[in-house]
Amino acid sequence: MEAMTALLKALFGSLRDLMPIILVIAFFQLVVLQEPLPNLVSILFGLLLVVFGLTFFIFGLEMGLFPIGESMAQAFARKGSVFWLLIFAFCLGFGTTVAEPALTAVAGEAAEVAAEGGMILNDELAMEEYANGLRYTVALSVGIAILLGVLRILKGWPIQYMIIGGYIGVVILTMFAPPSIIGVAYDSGGVTTSTITVPLVTALGVGLASAIKGRNPMIDGFGLIAFASLLPMMFVMVYGMVVA
Amino acid sequence: MIAWSHFAEIFIDTVSDVVPIASIIFGFQFAVLRKPIANPAKVMLGFFYVILGLSLFLIGLDLALFPLGETMASQLTAPNFIKQFQLSLGANFEWFDYYWVYLFAFFIGFSTTIAEPSLIAVALKANQVSGGSISVNGLRIAVALGVAFGISLGSYRIVVGDPIHYYIIFGYVVVVIQTFYAPKLIIPLAYDSGGVTTSTVTVPLVAALGLGLASTVPGRNPMIDGFGLIAFASLFPMISVMGYAQITQWLNKETKREDEENAL
Repeated sequence: MEAMTALLKALFGSLRDLMPIILVIAFFQLVVLQEPLPNLVSILFGLLLVVFGLTFFIFGLEMGLFPIGESMAQAFARKGSVFWLLIFAFCLGFGTTVAEPALTAVAGEAAEVAAEGGMILNDELAMEEYANGLRYTVALSVGIAILLGVLRILKGWPIQYMIIGGYIGVVILTMFAPPSIIGVAYDSGGVTTSTITVPLVTALGVGLASAIKGRNPMIDGFGLIAFASLLPMMFVMVYGMVVA
Repeated sequence: MIAWSHFAEIFIDTVSDVVPIASIIFGFQFAVLRKPIANPAKVMLGFFYVILGLSLFLIGLDLALFPLGETMASQLTAPNFIKQFQLSLGANFEWFDYYWVYLFAFFIGFSTTIAEPSLIAVALKANQVSGGSISVNGLRIAVALGVAFGISLGSYRIVVGDPIHYYIIFGYVVVVIQTFYAPKLIIPLAYDSGGVTTSTVTVPLVAALGLGLASTVPGRNPMIDGFGLIAFASLFPMISVMGYAQITQWLNKETKREDEENAL
């Protein structure tokens, strides 16, 4: 009975989270565009799935992703091997990004931009090569970003100087990078961090910062995602310069 | 009503998204840490819930919202629609004739961010770590306002055709200045909130909007100008989250000062 109330409460919470989208779409469809809602049954059924999906995701988050991220961080801290921890950080960043569907999609579009802009030959092979190169560049940069972020937590470096340094790097590279890659590069920062990576990486950072003496989980634990969205921008611009 | 092959396809996609993550985690757990996982059954069930939840979520969005939202993005940017609501008198559209587009961008940015699962995850964690002083919904609304503003500004940029880097560099300057004045505890979280906002829900709808705008506004190249909205959506949450913390801090100071004055 108690589990049922908890589930109902969670379902209701998910529905409340989705309410804004439903209202926005309904308002624009009915009032602004003045068109009817097509296949209402399918929409309602879809919404039901979304509500259940979000609820399951959040349950799974608290049961699986958060605990494993934190317990691994603590195990690494106890083991005391910086080398293996950094290898793990790199693999986590690289491995989760290289297969990310959003990145694959963006890389494909970027290859078309490059072909149209005359940066590469306008044929299938050259475009595929370019897209794959871009994908590995971004994955490599996310791997290095998580590694750097973990190193920062270990050493307790202040995040703001590193991020500001990164911004200066982005600005300088923008001046030299081919114009057609700039939009892609700026976007690549946002698309790399998937829905499963974010909770895991956050739990890892917070777990590490709580396990190490003298670190504050609020100040030192967050920030890994910030590195993972900044470094790809720089790497993609460098990639654009190298290819051109 | 729902094709099983479609469900299977999305489920397999999500599984293959999780496989590299799971193999890295379990590989290191067994080969390097050499320790069994505490509560393996519960963790496995948790992973299963995450995969199932995400698949249902994506299928539901595909069924209910994405087609409608994407068509809407292209309808709102179509010249016929803009003509109907044109404010300027000339034959060509001025930037303010696209006001419905900016409004749509604002509201769709806000509402998709509120539903973004990875932002919910980070907000839950931040609430737990801060001992409750950062409220889950406060953070989510602050981030959503940032995304909303970012996407409408990004749409304006596509309409007028300014180079993207001026906006981004200006945004960076604001972030750097705020960093020096915002409460220290919020800074890493604010930096993180830039990256978490743009995933499963926001990206497809925003990409459709960018593409729709860039292909209908005269003189824009969809291949080049269609990009960049995501960058706006990841920049402005940093500003809004730090701003939220600054306003809260300032309000607390004000009430404290008032209390002291009253005590005197």
